[in-house]
Amino acid sequence: MKTNPVPRNPVAEHVQRIPRSGIRDFFEIVQSMTDVVSLGIGEPDFVTPWHIREAAIYSLEQGRTGYTSNLGAPKLRKAIARYVATHFGVSYDPANEVIVTVGVSEAIDIAIRAILNPGDEVLYHEPCYVSYNPSIVLAHGKPVRISTSAENGFALKAADVRRAITPRTRALMLNFPTNPTGAVLPRSDQEEIAEVCIEHDLVVLTDEIYSELTYEGQHETIASLPGMRERTIFLHGFSKAFAMTGWRIGYACAPAGLTEAMMRIHQYSMLCASIMSQEAALEALEHGREPMLAMREQYLRRRNFLTHQFHEMGLSCAVPKGAFYLFPSIAPTGLTSREFALRLLEEEKVAVVPGDAFGPGGEGFVRCSYATGMDQIETAAARIRAFVGRLRVPATV
Amino acid sequence: MEPLLEILTDNARTSNETIAQMLGQPVEAVAARIRQLEDEKIILGYKALVDAEKAEAERVRAVIEVKITPERDGGFNRIANRIARYDEVHSCHLMSGSYDLLVVVDGKDLKDVAQFVSGKLSTIQGVLSTATHFMLKSYKEQGTVIGVDETPERLKVSP
Repeated sequence: MKTNPVPRNPVAEHVQRIPRSGIRDFFEIVQSMTDVVSLGIGEPDFVTPWHIREAAIYSLEQGRTGYTSNLGAPKLRKAIARYVATHFGVSYDPANEVIVTVGVSEAIDIAIRAILNPGDEVLYHEPCYVSYNPSIVLAHGKPVRISTSAENGFALKAADVRRAITPRTRALMLNFPTNPTGAVLPRSDQEEIAEVCIEHDLVVLTDEIYSELTYEGQHETIASLPGMRERTIFLHGFSKAFAMTGWRIGYACAPAGLTEAMMRIHQYSMLCASIMSQEAALEALEHGREPMLAMREQYLRRRNFLTHQFHEMGLSCAVPKGAFYLFPSIAPTGLTSREFALRLLEEEKVAVVPGDAFGPGGEGFVRCSYATGMDQIETAAARIRAFVGRLRVPATV
Repeated sequence: MEPLLEILTDNARTSNETIAQMLGQPVEAVAARIRQLEDEKIILGYKALVDAEKAEAERVRAVIEVKITPERDGGFNRIANRIARYDEVHSCHLMSGSYDLLVVVDGKDLKDVAQFVSGKLSTIQGVLSTATHFMLKSYKEQGTVIGVDETPERLKVSP
């Protein structure tokens, strides 16, 4: 009788190489507990403003339930082009330079897949959002990490970009304001980085998802610098600014050739973004600015409060200039990020995300989201204070 | 509106320390400013927003449209002030349109409110007519939606 051979691993090699998200492991521990006050959530605590929800309900009542154009509904693309021109100072043709995607996540994925040949290198700054590295690996590219540091406010430096470039470097990914650090990229740094990108003919993928949540000064995109529009894929979405995470709706703007390339992938993998989400997104762009500014004001006050709290605890923490995350250093406690987060969870039932979930450069930090209600933030701060107090951190303030 | 007032109108129980940290100001400055706002009667008071139905408060509320004769000196003010001072009156506003004053009246039952309207309100010199509407159910009160829980289950950790 023939014995069955051991079946080979059915999972593709490059997928096997992708590590599980560090957030995922932690999530499962937190989810099993009750009465947890969580600062671990990377989404607005606000429900999508009612006028946006109502617009989606209305569109359903009108029977708008079909496919849209692959690129997205023309009226939404026009609104996006107008919005990007007004608030970011970059003009795109809605006919062929704007594509509506299923969240900015899909936009990142199709942008990377559209530009990479196997083995091409992509630079990204770190600590960063968890999907950049795996998205590059899934596109058969080689992720190349550039560490940013607390000393530079986690901004990316042109000299570090230059050092990381090899003949195989194809693209640079940017995300400012940054998840998890809340860092922004000053215009002077943008200019120096743009110069390097032009010199080495790199494509820039700029994930602008937190751009509306900038607290000091006006946000500016690298795409608006001379010579950059033609080599930049501008990625954005509605989740953070308009509290629309569950709608999964985002977009990419890029020169026609790049948009066409992204569309080829999108049309076969996604066909189009959900029409009700597109209807909601249109409402957000046309009438959502006031509610958005009101939410930003709330985030700003919570940020001030929480930053003050960490300073009082003796944990140094840059004042984040954007997004809704605080990234305090927990080094004075002598614990690793993971030990800190686990013990804080067990002893005080407060969830924060260990910094190493965002790459090795995040070790020594934890991410605290202030996209949660003020009462929750106050409770969490009091509990963290008690926890840190027991660790006897020498006060610095 | 100044940020301090925004915070207090959102939640009047926010402590001075918390407000100070939210606004990046010294706590003494916040306390002083609140005192000043109270003294100047910009802050009129601090009251809990109660769902009367759930609290099983024995209360009926009526909205009354009141037409009055304006007076040569002071227009509507004297009569409006006179009406507003009754304990039964919850709020009183001068309106544009087909009537003059919108008066919200609380009573322990229908009869109570009816007695107030016929016995007191409509007998005031200068009051021409009243039209009383009883409130049946409240769906939103001072910016807070009642009976709809808008805090859906969120993930506890997300990227």
